Amino acid sequence: MNAQSPLAIEASGLVKTFGETRAVDGVDLAVPTGSVYGVLGPNGAGKTTTIRMLATLLRPDAGSARVLGHDIVRDADAVRGAVSLTGQLASVDEDLTGRENLILLARLLGHGIPAARERADELLDAFGLGESAGKLVKNYSGGMRRRLDIAASIVVTPQLLFLDEPTTGLDPRSRNQVWEIVRLMVAAGTTILLCTQYLEEADQLADGIAVIDHGRVIAEGTPAQLKASVGVGSLHVRLLQPDQRPRAERALAERIGEQPHLEADPAALSVPCGDAEQAADAVAELSRGGIAVAGFSLGQPSLDEVFLALTGRPADGDAEDATTEERVA
Amino acid sequence: MSTTPTTPAATSAAEQEALRKALASGVRPPRAGAFAASRAFAWRGILKIKHVPEQLMDATVTPVLFTLMFTYMFGGAIAGSTREYLQFILPGIVVQSVLFTTVYSGVALNTDMTRGVVDRFRSLPLWRPAPLVGAVAGDSIRAFSAGAVVVVLGLILGFRPDGGVLGVLGAILLVLVFAFALAWVFTTLGLIMRSPSAVMNTGFMALFPLVFLSNIFVAPDTLPAALEAFVDVNPITHLVTATRGLMEGDVDGGDVALVLGEAAVLTAVFIPLTSRFYRKAG
Repeated sequence: MNAQSPLAIEASGLVKTFGETRAVDGVDLAVPTGSVYGVLGPNGAGKTTTIRMLATLLRPDAGSARVLGHDIVRDADAVRGAVSLTGQLASVDEDLTGRENLILLARLLGHGIPAARERADELLDAFGLGESAGKLVKNYSGGMRRRLDIAASIVVTPQLLFLDEPTTGLDPRSRNQVWEIVRLMVAAGTTILLCTQYLEEADQLADGIAVIDHGRVIAEGTPAQLKASVGVGSLHVRLLQPDQRPRAERALAERIGEQPHLEADPAALSVPCGDAEQAADAVAELSRGGIAVAGFSLGQPSLDEVFLALTGRPADGDAEDATTEERVA
Repeated sequence: MSTTPTTPAATSAAEQEALRKALASGVRPPRAGAFAASRAFAWRGILKIKHVPEQLMDATVTPVLFTLMFTYMFGGAIAGSTREYLQFILPGIVVQSVLFTTVYSGVALNTDMTRGVVDRFRSLPLWRPAPLVGAVAGDSIRAFSAGAVVVVLGLILGFRPDGGVLGVLGAILLVLVFAFALAWVFTTLGLIMRSPSAVMNTGFMALFPLVFLSNIFVAPDTLPAALEAFVDVNPITHLVTATRGLMEGDVDGGDVALVLGEAAVLTAVFIPLTSRFYRKAG
C-alpha cells in the first residue's frame, strides 16, 4: 500500500499536553520511505510521546499526521495493520517464555497455531535465542530481552518500525547486534523511525535526523550537516585528580587554541578538536606538565555538545518533563 | 565517550543470513478474528497460571478455610447442627469463593498496564476488546478451581446435593457466567485506580458487604426489615438462590433467568467501559 509514496511519515504541528506540560509542542516530521530517520533528544524532550502518537497509542491534542498514507486518528486501524512498535520499556511479557511470547504475537497477527510455532522457532534461531526459548523472559539479560523485543516486532515484517531507544542500557556487543539488525531490516525495505539519546547511534544508522527539545524540533538535517553545524568533534580527557582540572583547562586551551568545556564529572573536560595528532600532542603535554590523565578519547560531539551548540545550554534532560512522560507512558 | 572504533561484526555471516531469511519470510497472514484473538489472550492467561502457580493457591486455599470455618464455628449456633448448616451454606460458599476471584482480574489488568507489553498489544490491528475478553475468560480457570475445590470439600464433609451431578455442574456454570460478568466491574476499576493494591482493597471493600448482606449465611426472614429488603434486591442473593436450587434439584427457572439478565446488564455496561478506558490509557 502506498509503496510509491515518497514519505512514510508526514506529521505537522503535533501537540500533546499532559496537565500543564506540553510534552509535544508542534512537531513536524517528514520521513522518507525506506530510510532510517533519527529523532534525537534528551529524556523528556517528547520523543516517546511523539512515537506513541504516531503508533496510534495516544491521540494528539492538535496537529495531524499520516503514516504510510493513513491518517493516525481517522484511520488508526490501517496504521496498526502496517507498523510495529518496539517500545522503550521492553514490550514483551516477562511472565512468559521467549517462545510463548512470539507464538502469542504470531497468533494475534493471524497465524494458525502450527504456523505460529514455526515462525516463533525461525525467529528465535535467527536472533540467537534458540537455547533460551523455554526460559521465562524475566530471567533474560538486557541484550536478550532487546533481541526478543525486536524479533517480536518482525513476526510480520512491518513496512514501518518505531524503535524507541533500542540500545539504552545495553553493553557494546548487544548494541552492535541491534545496530546490525536495524541495518538488515532497512536493507529488506522497512522504514525505521529511531528515537535515541545518542548522536553516535543516529550517526551510525540514520539517513536524516531531527533534534528535538522541549517538544519541538530545533534542528534537522543529515548526520553530516548536523555535525558540521556542531563542530568536528572533541577531545575528552578524564583526570585522576579533579583538583588538577583548572591547570588542565589552561594547558588544553593553550595547546589547541579552543576554550575547553567543563563536564558534569568534576574530573572530566572536553575541547573541540578534530585532529588526532594535535589531540595526542595535547594529552602528552598534560602528562609532561605533571597532570595525571586517567583516560582520553577523541570522538564525535556528544548529545551534550550538540545541545550546547544548538541551544546554548546543555541537555539537562528536564527532570520534571521526564517524570511526567514516564508516568503517563 | 563517543569514539566508534570500527567494531568487529557482532553477528556472523551465517547469523546475518538467518536474519535476512527471517525478515523475508515475515509475510502478513489474514487478520485474526475476534474469537481467535480472544482465545490467544486466554491462552496467555492460562500460561501465566502455569508459570506462577501461587496465584491458583490463593484462589483455592481461602475457600477451603471459609468452608471449614463457617461450617464448624457457626453451624451449631445458626442451624442447630453442622451437618444441616453445611447443606445450607455450601452453595453460597461456592458463589462467594468464585466471586472473590473476579477481583484478581482487575488487579492483573492494573499490573499489566504498568508494563510495556500492553503498548504492543494496543499497537496491533485487533478487535479492541480482545485482550480484555481473553484475559477474563482465562481467569475463569481460576474461578472454576475455586468453585470445584469447595464442592469437593463439601462432598467429603457430607454435603449431599439432590440435584445430582448435572445440578451441581449447572450451578457451577451459572456462577461462572455471573463471575465473568462481574469481572468487568473490576477490570474497569483496574484501569482507573493507581495501583494493584488499591484495586484489591477497593474491590474487596465493595464485594464484602454484598456477599455478607446476602442469603449465603442466614435465611433473610430472620433479619430486621430494612436489612431484609436490601438482601432481597442484592443480585448475589438471586445468584445464591438459583445456585442452591440447581444443586438441590428444585430450581425455579425464573431465578436462573433473573441471574442471567443481571449478568447481561453488567456485561453490557462494563465491557464497553473497560474497552474505552483501555483504549484511552497511556
